[in-house]
Amino acid sequence: MEYFLIIVSAIFVNNIVLAQFLGICPFLGVSNRLSTAVGMSGAVCFVITLATVVTFLINHYLLVPLNLTFLQTISFILVIAALVQMVEIVLKKAAPALYQALGIFLPLITTNCAVLGVAITVVSKEFAFGGAASHLMNLGEATVYALATSLGYALAMILFAGIREHLAQSDVPKPFKGLPIALITVGIMAMAFLGFSGIV
Amino acid sequence: MSKWSLITKGFIKENPTFVLVLGMCPTLAVTTSAMNGLEMGLATMFVLLLSNIVISLISPIVPDKVHIPGYIVVIATFVTVLQLLMQAFVPAVYEELGLFIPLIVVNCIVLGRAEAFAGSHGAGESALDGIGIGLGFTVSLTLIGIVREALGSGAVFGWKFISGDGILAFIMAPGAFLVLGYLMVLFNKLAKK
Repeated sequence: MEYFLIIVSAIFVNNIVLAQFLGICPFLGVSNRLSTAVGMSGAVCFVITLATVVTFLINHYLLVPLNLTFLQTISFILVIAALVQMVEIVLKKAAPALYQALGIFLPLITTNCAVLGVAITVVSKEFAFGGAASHLMNLGEATVYALATSLGYALAMILFAGIREHLAQSDVPKPFKGLPIALITVGIMAMAFLGFSGIV
Repeated sequence: MSKWSLITKGFIKENPTFVLVLGMCPTLAVTTSAMNGLEMGLATMFVLLLSNIVISLISPIVPDKVHIPGYIVVIATFVTVLQLLMQAFVPAVYEELGLFIPLIVVNCIVLGRAEAFAGSHGAGESALDGIGIGLGFTVSLTLIGIVREALGSGAVFGWKFISGDGILAFIMAPGAFLVLGYLMVLFNKLAKK
């Protein structure tokens, strides 16, 4: 039951893009075409989940026992950068087709603040469970949270890319062209997602 | 480029928010009030200024292949310094801005300036660049904060000019996207003239 709540809350109520404002740059940057949006979402799902598990373990078994939690930010970003690099190398060898499909998106994920954001969220009491945490997340909850959050990212990204493909063909007033109309569209999407608040 | 234009370019010509469209996450997330926008802008400027100076000094000795990880470590160091300073002296602000203080590490403005400017210029110029872009970011964030606070809670910098509530949606997530979108339209309109 608790896992179910985490999943619904992370995908719909506290959607990472539309309610938490994480990972906006790639969200706006690669949502021009549906196919690239799907590729990016896949890569992000993979990296967020993997990075969260690894940084959680590092925090739990290394930083906390050694009283080094102030190094969280530095160590997490290095771990994420290294992980992305490793995933790239492994994919290149093991699944060249997938590697080709993800292309440039893989290295870009290092600077996607959603990855670092989720990694920091699950290890800190202030941010986990929307700030109302009675306890820190355990590994299971953290993994489920990371997976659900990245699914929420994929959902928002793919929906938005679908809308944007239509926007490209419509007649938009000149000052609105490009990003402004995209942002206004996201605003309306966010309003729709507000409808989910209160169900958890 | 003269020293003065290094500082002023961040406001219009290379405005990080409206022209370069960098660092969108904090721009949207923390601008629920004018004060929050101002504080976030200053926090980012602190990191930008110091990382620009250090990166411009170390860039000749950092091997080209690892320069990005090297820069990120420098930036992350200053973000950690900022986190510790804020926790010690302004804990209320630190709590308010929350997750977005550690996330300055992945703010593309900071790494972007390191890569585009500090890596190839002297320390003095890089410092001015950091101040200029930082000020531009601060002004944009404060502006968005003012609009959202005015519409959402009928106040500016906490000073209420209407009684009762404003349009709550502008403080919540949709308002952030809408206000930024319309401000960008306005900016495009004015800048094209």
